[in-house]
Amino acid sequence: MWQPSCSHDAMKARAECYAQIRAFFMARDVLEVETPLLSQAGATDPLLASISAGVRKKQYLQTSPEFPMKRLLASGSGPIYQICKCFREAEVGARHNPEFTMLEWYRPGLSLQQLMQEISDLVEAVCGRSGYEILTYRQAFTDFLGVDPFNARLETLQELAFDKAHFETSSDNPMDRDAYLDLLLSVCVEPQLGKTVPCFLTDYPASQASLAKTALDEQGQLVAKRAELYIDGIEIANAYDELTDANEQRKRFYHDNRVRQKLDLDVVAVDENLLSALANFPDCSGVALGLDRLLMISIGASDIGNVVCFVNEHA
Amino acid sequence: MANYSTSDFRSGLKVMLDGDPCTVIENEFVKPGKGQAFNRARLRNLRTGRVWERTFKSGETLEAADVMDFDMEYLYSDGEFWHFMMTDGSFEQHAADEKAIEDSKKWLKEQDVYTVTLYNGAPLSVAPANFVDLEVVETDPGLKGDTAQGGTKPATLSTGAVVNVPLFINIGEVLKIDTRSGEYVSRAKS
Repeated sequence: MWQPSCSHDAMKARAECYAQIRAFFMARDVLEVETPLLSQAGATDPLLASISAGVRKKQYLQTSPEFPMKRLLASGSGPIYQICKCFREAEVGARHNPEFTMLEWYRPGLSLQQLMQEISDLVEAVCGRSGYEILTYRQAFTDFLGVDPFNARLETLQELAFDKAHFETSSDNPMDRDAYLDLLLSVCVEPQLGKTVPCFLTDYPASQASLAKTALDEQGQLVAKRAELYIDGIEIANAYDELTDANEQRKRFYHDNRVRQKLDLDVVAVDENLLSALANFPDCSGVALGLDRLLMISIGASDIGNVVCFVNEHA
Repeated sequence: MANYSTSDFRSGLKVMLDGDPCTVIENEFVKPGKGQAFNRARLRNLRTGRVWERTFKSGETLEAADVMDFDMEYLYSDGEFWHFMMTDGSFEQHAADEKAIEDSKKWLKEQDVYTVTLYNGAPLSVAPANFVDLEVVETDPGLKGDTAQGGTKPATLSTGAVVNVPLFINIGEVLKIDTRSGEYVSRAKS
């Protein structure tokens, strides 16, 4: 198995894609940056497993370049982008490789709406898919499952998980409301998104805000200001109206670590450098885009192994 | 028995699900970038042959099923059980009930070798080879010279199976049959 898992055409497509991205941001005056892959602090999100490295002291390989890039923004860098490797333990499948390539960029002063337009422009430049539609999380669940994700009873979500996703609720394996929503989203909603035109899913439950701002929607529901891009049923990018409130961010990190303790997972060192930097953080929107998946769409590949030289299993 | 986690689920893995032994056919990992990971699996119930679709929370485990395939020679039937013997020289015998031989009953020929699946040491299912040679015991007389034209007729084989055969086939001839489709392939090479 010494041979590459992708074709030479796919390798060329990747090189062309990087050139197009660099030309795209050069023309828009967005600066390319490079930040460390290894850090003392890691992602606290209980559903992200960082890979540990480091001999003398514990360090983590990044799950995304978000924290150091935000420190650059706080220092007054202006708009920046980065193409880099990210690492997430145990994520293996047709669309997942534990080591993958992320394109991440930040736009101080741009709203989430303006950033969606820019993401769409980039997608068109790289893989020729033009235009986009916006669907709220609530509308998507109403359309494809006939249920309001914010107000449905947990039992209703459990019944849907059984009927539509063949998932059996068991007391050995308790799941919270968000986990049921993730299940229904992954199995019943995502495959329907972005089939004709790329689709942004917006206004997520506030409990899934992560590093995004929250706000009230038209119906008075607190929602996360996130926008996830889907093309051909595949999740491609995750954009935030970035949270700038250090206290709120600290609260979320601590909450994550409490959940980690409950789940018997390692507690992850909170990034104090990021929290300090947030004091000077500009109003900003940002996005992380999975480049391997965009390449899959671009060349019509069905497996991530068709766009990387060596999948993790044979690396 | 050992336990297998969702990340171990590979095609062919034998696990227990709802009290029945199953073999994994497919396993797809799904996870929103931010959110809970799941594995969508398709499994075949080895007792009923039915295919189940199930979604598991990633990291969930299933007990391994004590299921193994062995080559065994078919010996005889006493009406209630069908007796098989290991071909590894141990002469160890296993008795399969009607349910275990149900799908392959019409292909069972004494002294032929079959794949017997043992579950907890007892035959769960019996599979014939993809091709078997069987003698015709009953069919309409063959039409001489009609070797090229199409057209078929039913023929009863020594095991009781009825298959469609070309018109030129006679009683006493040995035929090669594809057990997966139940179709005539050719005259057996003698």
